[in-house]
Amino acid sequence: MTHVLDPRAPAAAIPPRREPPAPYRDVTRSDAAFRAFLHGLPGVDQVGAEARVGVLGTRSIKTTAKAWAIDTAISMVDLTTLEGADTPGKVRSLAAKARRPDPGDPTTPQVAAVCVYGDLAGVAREALAGTGIHVAAVATAFPSGRASREVKLADVRDAVANGADEIDMVIDRGAFLSGRHLDVFDEIVAVKQACGDAHLKVILETGELVTLDNVRRASWLAMLAGGDFIKTSTGKVSPAATLPVCLVMMEAVRDFRAATGRQVGVKPAGGIRTTKDAVKHLVLVNEVAGPDWLSPDWFRFGASSLLNDLLLQRQKLRTGHYSGPDHVSVD
Amino acid sequence: MSTQTPPTHSLFEYAPAPESRSIVDIAPSYGLFVDGEFVDGSGTPLKTVNPATEEVLSEVPTATDADVDRAVRAARRAFTRVWGPMRPADRGKYLFRIARLLQERAREFAVLESLDNGKPIRESRDVDVPLAAAHFFYHAGWADKLDWAGLGPGPRPLGVAGQVIPWNFPLLMLAWKVAPALATGNTVVLKPAETTPLTALLFAEVCRQADLPPGVVNIVTGAGETGRAVVEHEDVDKVAFTGSTEVGRSIARSVAGTRKRLTLELGGKAANIVFDDAPIDQAVEGIVQGIFFNQGHVCCAGSRLLVQESVHEEVIASLQRRIGTLRLGDPLDKNTDIGAINSAEQLARIRELSDIGEAEGANRWQPACELPERGYWFPPTVFTDVSPAHRIARDEVFGPVLSVLTFRTPDEAVAKANNTTYGLSAGIWTEKGSRILAIADRLRAGVVWANTFNKFDPTSPFGGYKQSGYGHEGGRHGLAAYLEGGQ
Repeated sequence: MTHVLDPRAPAAAIPPRREPPAPYRDVTRSDAAFRAFLHGLPGVDQVGAEARVGVLGTRSIKTTAKAWAIDTAISMVDLTTLEGADTPGKVRSLAAKARRPDPGDPTTPQVAAVCVYGDLAGVAREALAGTGIHVAAVATAFPSGRASREVKLADVRDAVANGADEIDMVIDRGAFLSGRHLDVFDEIVAVKQACGDAHLKVILETGELVTLDNVRRASWLAMLAGGDFIKTSTGKVSPAATLPVCLVMMEAVRDFRAATGRQVGVKPAGGIRTTKDAVKHLVLVNEVAGPDWLSPDWFRFGASSLLNDLLLQRQKLRTGHYSGPDHVSVD
Repeated sequence: MSTQTPPTHSLFEYAPAPESRSIVDIAPSYGLFVDGEFVDGSGTPLKTVNPATEEVLSEVPTATDADVDRAVRAARRAFTRVWGPMRPADRGKYLFRIARLLQERAREFAVLESLDNGKPIRESRDVDVPLAAAHFFYHAGWADKLDWAGLGPGPRPLGVAGQVIPWNFPLLMLAWKVAPALATGNTVVLKPAETTPLTALLFAEVCRQADLPPGVVNIVTGAGETGRAVVEHEDVDKVAFTGSTEVGRSIARSVAGTRKRLTLELGGKAANIVFDDAPIDQAVEGIVQGIFFNQGHVCCAGSRLLVQESVHEEVIASLQRRIGTLRLGDPLDKNTDIGAINSAEQLARIRELSDIGEAEGANRWQPACELPERGYWFPPTVFTDVSPAHRIARDEVFGPVLSVLTFRTPDEAVAKANNTTYGLSAGIWTEKGSRILAIADRLRAGVVWANTFNKFDPTSPFGGYKQSGYGHEGGRHGLAAYLEGGQ
């Protein structure tokens, strides 16, 4: 991996900054050095990336493999509600669904987490007590991220205090796109610190980064800064999660672990609505990063309507016929 | 020889997803297709086997000189009486009809191709059959527009074309040969390869279904002797051959001094050049696609990987990891990436050349992969530490065997890429557009792919330098090969 040190950066001017893991300790010494590093990552050929996911999309997942994939996908869902109209009642109903996605079939696995705004984290925490289901809260002025650092950190501390054990932050896309990569890095480090023990998912909002080269750079940036997960999108911007984006992120976490020994998770979010989409993602995880990522500890789906389609397909596998939308609960 | 440590039992095991073979009816025996009828051949019949299982699929006749003569005479009659004088737009109509029938019967063709050839159904379904149909559609469009093809006014057909095709893309090579010949007003006598005659015979059925006038397409099966009879028949005006350089050479000799026109599409030893600024993940995909597509039974396969020394380790590590995920097995399983080697004979050649590679000092690497007990199989193989003097760097292996060489500068890359007796195709991987243009300009290869590999399209002429043959197929250039005053 090429990286260039900026010889003009005087040692004294280096702010006290959390160092990235070896062998990348020196890449954040200056904005120029960090930029050179991120732009020195191998490029991504969009046509080639799309062709690769196209071929992976033709994998035929049937019978036992399909059953495994559906249950695994259910266990990876971050069941999400992020509306201005959210209420404690809505969150409690979602929590009930998370615990028991299919009331008619107790063998259905639980989902991984419930994802809400920070002010409702307490309601979710209470409703999920004793289940092992995580409470994820979006923070840092989600979804735009347009607020001062202090406000964002306060947002994070508040969500953690309310009971969130996972924080989904957004990066400052404005800073990233204007080349202030170190600002983005420092902010992630600060948020990670504010999280305490809570897991940090870093939302790249790939729909605003646009190019796959940017997706790769932002993924590396977030991992170097200490993010536990990298996440595609807020779900408020279109396009949200796409397979080529997920491919590039899976390549990034795979390469990052090979280089540093640290494993980082991936969460595509927004736009994944069908079992077919979910299975395509699992195939991609399996064949690009490998089976080590095939667990809710390392891969999540940020979704709401996806769960019902997974449940319908699960019922179909069990009973041999399709039921209808009235056979799964409305959230 | 080093191999990968066996992977731990995967969490996500794909259940078998075989395409049903019941879609296609394979007759216990077939006839020759001459003058619109299926007729018996006079030679000893050949058995065609499924290379994945060694099961005998069917029996096809061997056409003798007399059978070939009947076929050529039928083709001549059809040329002078029906197909030659026909209104070009009507010829186009027949070709459009054939193209549509190929699409309608695509699954049947795909399954039959995979059974007879051993290639994965994913490839026959997604590449061979759709491309074959595309060739007919493309050339159907040309049939009544030849005056505007830039080949001079009123270009005239040559007459009877004798065509001999290989076993690696049986239906697709048939389409490459038959579609341009028919669109330009010629009639054909085609000999499919002895190990893969079945899709050609199914195509004969499609010709009948399309009401193609008798004698316009004749299909004679058999081995080398039958091919020789087609090529050497004195009433053949045009010879088109795709296959080995060795056979191509003997055809060139036999055609020399006659009035026959000749197109040869022969072997290759393509260089796939990866520069240090390449998009590595996509380059690795391209390398895999370049050499393992169709088990490497591809004349334009990227069988020599030229990788810049500064990224050699990174590329090889990625490549080996990626090869470890390839799925080898039942060609009819929709999740299979690598199918069977087409014949015992070809398998023996691949083994022999690989052993020579090792004996000459190259380093053989193969992933841990179980080969089925029956059938002809060879695991994906990568040779590193290959010197340009090694036979695996010079000879066409025509199998899933990649030879890796390194280079330090663009000049060295070009010199090594061109250092081959072939010149069919090449690949360039770099994010730098100006470098693509500069290098492509200096490569002596008929097709140069940039940041992709093994992409085919009927509009794009295909042909090679040096011992890769002469003449082109596809595009306007391909039409010229079947027209008076063309070429």
